[in-house]
Amino acid sequence: MKIGVLSVQGAFAEHIDKLKGMGADCIELRQRADLEQSFDGLILPGGESTVQGKLLQELHMLTPLRDRIRQGFPVLGTCAGLILLAQKISNDDAVWFGTLPVCVRRNAYGRQLGSFHTEAEVTGIGKVPMTFIRAPYVESLIADDSEILARVDGRIVAVKYGNQIGVAFHPELDEDQRIHEMFLQMCKSKVL
Amino acid sequence: MSEDRYALNKQLAQMLKGGVIMDVTTPEQAKIAQEAGACAVMALERIPADIRAAGGVPRMSDPKMIKGIQEAVSIPVMAKCRIGHFVEAQVLEAIEIDYIDESEVLSPADDVYHIDKRKFKVPFVCGAKDLGEALRRINEGASMIRTKGEPGTGDVVQAVRHMRKMNSEIAKVTSMREDELFEEAKQLGVPYELISFVHDNGRLPVVNFAAGGVATPADAAMMMQLGAEGVFVGSGIFKSGNPAKRAAAIVKAVTNYLDSKLIAELSEDLGEAMVGINEQEIALLMAERGK
Repeated sequence: MKIGVLSVQGAFAEHIDKLKGMGADCIELRQRADLEQSFDGLILPGGESTVQGKLLQELHMLTPLRDRIRQGFPVLGTCAGLILLAQKISNDDAVWFGTLPVCVRRNAYGRQLGSFHTEAEVTGIGKVPMTFIRAPYVESLIADDSEILARVDGRIVAVKYGNQIGVAFHPELDEDQRIHEMFLQMCKSKVL
Repeated sequence: MSEDRYALNKQLAQMLKGGVIMDVTTPEQAKIAQEAGACAVMALERIPADIRAAGGVPRMSDPKMIKGIQEAVSIPVMAKCRIGHFVEAQVLEAIEIDYIDESEVLSPADDVYHIDKRKFKVPFVCGAKDLGEALRRINEGASMIRTKGEPGTGDVVQAVRHMRKMNSEIAKVTSMREDELFEEAKQLGVPYELISFVHDNGRLPVVNFAAGGVATPADAAMMMQLGAEGVFVGSGIFKSGNPAKRAAAIVKAVTNYLDSKLIAELSEDLGEAMVGINEQEIALLMAERGK
């Protein structure tokens, strides 16, 4: 199992460490040429979505990756990654991949003083530690067949649609591996 | 500061990694920086080159000006307070700044004590010339470290010196026998636990950026190759001929810091770089402030 981790900016090294610890191989995606290698799933890490989106575009990775995601390529987006996937951002005109039919709100909990750590139930895997850093949340679902995986204080913080998982928190920052396991499982079933 | 809060503050710095933090003095500059791909902006009244030229006692910026920048952009906004000036830090916390830089670029308010950063909820970044300074700042509660460089000069030599020194000291600690760590902690004037972390992990317990004198895509890429996890660019952008283009080029050079072909392309036609001054030509070494 080989996972491509978007490595233009942000906490990509944390995802790679975690995945390697779970026995998966990783490649860093920093420019178009990196997409020519074969990999079975894509991770969009936390960071600044404006920076990552712009670099995806200017380094010519946005369109080829979008095409793959549309065709069902497995992807996990965390925090900024969720924003990149979202079809709509309620407080920003930008749309990056636009493949996940949800409307998200950026910096939805305010500035750094609003960042927090908690635990909440995720469908199918139980209570999971969740770290929110200047995080977004999902304001509404655009397609009925999107599945809500988790809520915190009534707000949607994890969703699944086809082979796309988007979470508002940072599973790469906590010891728990279950979100990544769920993602690798999805990549495996896609490969077979 | 609770342990949870400190962890969250260190984690915000992790989200900035691989990015460029740019000095800005107006909402318009902040927008240009965001548009060019800055992962955060540092709001200040004058950029370091102008502070150096103007002389006098530079202080924390007008909160109204900082708020203007907070409203103009969606990326994190940082601001500087004077070394040891805990009330300036309280003011910055009150306006919900995302990161405070306790900075040698401003005139120190205290020539003995740094701010007790553990008392604050907002995160702090501090400059360091070597491992001892870095760990002392971390012990005081800093959740991110940067090299000091020599701000406002456009001369990268000091940032290089600090980064190399830090790395070689980390390598030395990593290779020590465990029974030697107690003496090393004593020598550096830092708690044993922090030295022990460096020994076990081969890195600082917080994110480490390069700062000071970065003016070109090649400067930024060199700092990344030397082990920086991201780059602060102060005067280098808005003191140059074409700020938007230079800023965007530096951002891309940081992402692909090993790709010399790309850096060559990025370095073309950037217009005039900031003029700069060599460290030997200046009377005031800001990096010597606060140890």
